[in-house]
Amino acid sequence: MTELGCTPSQTVGPFLAIVLPWNDGPDVVPDGTPGAITITGRLVDGAGEPVPDGLIETWQADPQGRFAHPDDPRGPAAPGFRGFGRCPTDEDGRFWFRTLKPGVLPAEDGTQEAPHIDVSVFARGLLNRLVTRMYFPDEPAANEADPVLRTLDDEQRELLLLRAEADGTLRFGIRLQGEAETPFFRL
Amino acid sequence: MTFVLPPGYRADPEGTHPAYDFEGYRSTALRHPTRPLHLLPQRLTEVTGPLFGEDRLQPGDNDLTQYDGGEAVGQRIIVHGRVLDGNGKAVPNALVEVWQANAGGRYRHVADQWPSPLDPHFAGFGRTVTDSDGHYSFTTIKPGAYPWRNHLNAWRPAHIHFSLFGQAFTQRLVTQMYFPDDPLFFQDPIFNSVPDEKARARMISSYDHDVTSDHWALGFKFDVVLRGREQTPFESERDDD
Repeated sequence: MTELGCTPSQTVGPFLAIVLPWNDGPDVVPDGTPGAITITGRLVDGAGEPVPDGLIETWQADPQGRFAHPDDPRGPAAPGFRGFGRCPTDEDGRFWFRTLKPGVLPAEDGTQEAPHIDVSVFARGLLNRLVTRMYFPDEPAANEADPVLRTLDDEQRELLLLRAEADGTLRFGIRLQGEAETPFFRL
Repeated sequence: MTFVLPPGYRADPEGTHPAYDFEGYRSTALRHPTRPLHLLPQRLTEVTGPLFGEDRLQPGDNDLTQYDGGEAVGQRIIVHGRVLDGNGKAVPNALVEVWQANAGGRYRHVADQWPSPLDPHFAGFGRTVTDSDGHYSFTTIKPGAYPWRNHLNAWRPAHIHFSLFGQAFTQRLVTQMYFPDDPLFFQDPIFNSVPDEKARARMISSYDHDVTSDHWALGFKFDVVLRGREQTPFESERDDD
């Protein structure tokens, strides 16, 4: 086997909006899908200022915990579930997604991962994407047993939880730097 | 039956990718995390990822030279190559999105206001999907260099932005393709943010006379390598399960 060196990452720069936003980007599921949830959030920098030229992408399992992908060893997701979302940030750093809550996932040695959504953050000034995860506040038991959350301290865990808002939406703030900095991951 | 996670993707050697905090590139100052990154072991969400096909494409999406009923000004070029993984395996059906400045170095974007004219026939973006052999191709014009405010007399070397999905969340990559022998490399912090010189060189396309088309366009080759899969010692036994 030949091992090839990978192509390095570079920033998306300030002009990603030329091609990366899609009209249906935030629609992980179409409008009107029964059980759909809305996630909103805001991307801010180390000074607490909004990041108006960022892009947030999401990837997740369907409500049964299946993926629209051939490498899911249990078989594919129900047809039509895209699992992927993409939303540019607006001038106030805001982004949103319409999706379905993912199911729990099997992991190694009989353990399970709590429902979660993988997140990529791209922006001018980010030479590589940042990766984080969203978790659900109504899953205390599953979150307690989650093999990723277990590696974080209480404060960090809290920062990865979506927050239920009075209007029924869920909120996820992403802070790139400073106090209450979002926990980010390396893969 | 016990559940077994599919193999993950090998991490890149130190120095392949830029650090988040890179002093020379001013925009990183308030945008880099200051706490160490946590390891995210690759489980199902990370070894799967969105797969896109032709449904994301419009006719002509891989030809950037035609826009709004006319032809873009500039040196016509064909940019092509293969998307491979770190094991040298072709990555088929991978969405490739590109964006770039026009021949004068101006982007069609409200935030780009430097005094170089917009080209009414150049939008500056394209999309395509790799074929079964991992091959992709775009026809475009060579982008110009352009000034920015990072440091005194700062100019970005000519480049084309590439966004690639691969086949797993872990393989997602956004990069920039550069042109051979660009005299502006020495002063560009974005290009030079990649610590390893050999890795940096992998962002530079090569002139490809085999693809240069007589009386039509110059050819440039740019292969993109995404993370390769871990080989498990049990790989060959898996079929017996």
